[in-house]
Amino acid sequence: MDGNVEDFTETARSKQAQNMPEMTKVECRNIDVFYGEKQAIFDISLDIPDRAVTAFIGPSGCGKSTFLRCINRMNDTIESARVTGQIFMDGADINDHSIDPVLLRSRVGMVFQKPNPFPKSIYDNIAYGPRIHGLASGKQELDEVVESALRKAGLWEEVKDRLLAPGTGLSGGQQQRLCIARAIAVSPEVILMDEPCSALDPIATARIEELIDELRERYCIVIVTHSMQQAARVSQKTAFFHLGKLVEYGDTERIFTNPEDSRTQDYITGRFG
Amino acid sequence: MNSPAPNPSEKGTFVTEAALKRLKKRHAAEMRFKLYGQVAIGIAVVALITLLVSIFGQASSAFSRNVLTFDTTLDAAQVDPTGARDPDEISRNVSGFNLLLQDNLADQFLPGVEDRARLRELYGLFTRLAVLPIARKTAERPDTIGSQQRFSVALADDIDLFLKGGVTERTSIKLGTVARISGSIETGVQMAFSSPDASDDITKAETRFQEASAADSAPTTLVSAGDTWFRLDTLADGSASLTFIAGEQALPAAGAQASALVLAQAQENRTVSDRQIAWTMLLKEEGRIKSTFNTSLFTHSDSTYPELAGAAAAIVGSLLTMLVTAMLAIPVGIFAAVYLEEFATKNRMTDLIEVNINNLAAVPSIVFGLLGAAVFINFLGMPRSVPLVGGLVLGLLVLPTVIIASRAALKSVPPSIRTAALGVGASPTQAVFHHVLPLAAPGILTGSIIGMARALGETAPLLLIGMVAFVAEVPSGPTDESTVLPVLIYKWSTGAERAWEPQTAAAIIVLLVFLVLMNLIAIILRRRFERRW
Repeated sequence: MDGNVEDFTETARSKQAQNMPEMTKVECRNIDVFYGEKQAIFDISLDIPDRAVTAFIGPSGCGKSTFLRCINRMNDTIESARVTGQIFMDGADINDHSIDPVLLRSRVGMVFQKPNPFPKSIYDNIAYGPRIHGLASGKQELDEVVESALRKAGLWEEVKDRLLAPGTGLSGGQQQRLCIARAIAVSPEVILMDEPCSALDPIATARIEELIDELRERYCIVIVTHSMQQAARVSQKTAFFHLGKLVEYGDTERIFTNPEDSRTQDYITGRFG
Repeated sequence: MNSPAPNPSEKGTFVTEAALKRLKKRHAAEMRFKLYGQVAIGIAVVALITLLVSIFGQASSAFSRNVLTFDTTLDAAQVDPTGARDPDEISRNVSGFNLLLQDNLADQFLPGVEDRARLRELYGLFTRLAVLPIARKTAERPDTIGSQQRFSVALADDIDLFLKGGVTERTSIKLGTVARISGSIETGVQMAFSSPDASDDITKAETRFQEASAADSAPTTLVSAGDTWFRLDTLADGSASLTFIAGEQALPAAGAQASALVLAQAQENRTVSDRQIAWTMLLKEEGRIKSTFNTSLFTHSDSTYPELAGAAAAIVGSLLTMLVTAMLAIPVGIFAAVYLEEFATKNRMTDLIEVNINNLAAVPSIVFGLLGAAVFINFLGMPRSVPLVGGLVLGLLVLPTVIIASRAALKSVPPSIRTAALGVGASPTQAVFHHVLPLAAPGILTGSIIGMARALGETAPLLLIGMVAFVAEVPSGPTDESTVLPVLIYKWSTGAERAWEPQTAAAIIVLLVFLVLMNLIAIILRRRFERRW
């Protein structure tokens, strides 16, 4: 089992080093998700590219969040949920028994709908991940990790003087950027964002969108959003979900200008959803 | 409804007659509800205040006590007849020390008197064991034997009670000075007083007591003149005929200060005799009887004499029992709650466990006592009356409370914290121990401490495992025989002497202080931890 785990991380590093453009980061094959008896996702297959933003859109309850949570196995934490099918990340099956969800989640970060910083200091919020994964040895290295994560999340200038203030004392937009920084701090390869702006005002939303655009250069980002404008603004690829099925997937520009499916057409023009 | 159309310019269309009526009704309902709440709180506050006032009122006399100081030479022949200077031997030689005290009193009040009954009356100012602390002190320092020492001893409970205003109702009357005196100590004394109202005052007081008491007990009047005490036999024409009872055996000189002490009951009907009262008053006048803070409540263990009884053994016993209880109930309770709430899969089995835990919390405590007696004592062969068994029984008793409180506290931690921790790659155990448990800690602590407070006040289960035994020694460990505060209170409250009453109230206060302290700790901990949220 140890050997497998090492393979898993080894492959990741070598592929990252090659820095191939338009490379597929996550391959999903025939994913079904059940909540108890009820099936929420029907046979979805999808390739998510590296160093790009992929947006999942669709009406409420269409399964886009559920599908997103498959990618870092967050559905494991829901007792009644059952996932079938295969998801490959850099060629390794993440649902394999040898892959511990803890290791997977250190490579696939997640940002949630509502900002959920730990009720601790800003510093501790960021430092928690690196600490438990042993990513920094010594105080100084940890300080550097924290600073770089906050810088990447565009929050450093705002909070550098009050790193020991509680993270819950920040504004909603700042809290969400703190959560993004927290996800970045464990140096993941994929960042999943589940409607990261739905609880924020337009200015904070714009700030997050800018940030997502910057992060795209380093990470594979998957974002679930209800806002079609947001999907159009930040993403390169868009997947449209409807009633648990993947209706259409392609380049964002094409989806929004020339959708193939009539349901996509109806949704993006605001006829339902 | 055919109400007249409202005038829109005045009230607006919303304010119809019917609407106003409904509004009035609603306001009335609101006011009523507020009133009910205030009445309920008022009743609770009044009940609490009554309880506290009555307990503190009763206990106030137990926190002070009257002691007699006496100087004596620690005569080796009496204190240590064997001459071995063995500390055990000396501390057990209560009669020797008692003789020292009795001689001291007899020399002062009854020199040369051989009458056994009279002497016993004098010695009745103290109980035999009153000298025990002196014996122990001397045993610790044998070098003091043979030297002059000053000691203080506790007065017998009845005398103490009398000095605190108990035993019988009384009035003191100033009679001015002795105006005329004739007769002799042996055959009776005739005395007149300078105060013109002397006879009137005494008669009035006697009549008042006579009327107040339904019993046929006649009031008694004691008269003191100078250092001599008399009993009043008859009072006629401003001249009192008196019988000598105690004090200096000489006629007081004319001009000596005189006063009367009218007692509601004759000595046959009280626990303190006229002479004892006279001796006590004389000693008090001399300044040898003083009221001091009753430290024996905290330094002595239980005794059959209320003036010597203390709660030390019970306090230590309670602390040891609580220690065992805490060590069992808190860790087991918290881990059970964490497992059930965070890790266990929800199925029929866990449902069953949950229902059973909730039911256990409602099981009467005496059932746990039976369980303790059957399992720990009979089956496992543990000793009876020890804090270890008491603590285990109480631990089982509060375990469901701790589990329920801890689960509620864990449930109140928002799930977003768990997903956040899992999202950065924490394992479920790390998520619980790094994030969820610290956030639930204030609730868990509060629940645990309230559970402990309940255990501290439990009596019934401990009676069944034998912690009601008379324990004269302060326990030194959880396997020593011991008792606990609530059981001690129960035992003291059944004591026959009047002096147990304030003693019981004092023990209740000690228990209440412990409970308040525990609740205070709960509040402080909650505040401290909550600040981090």
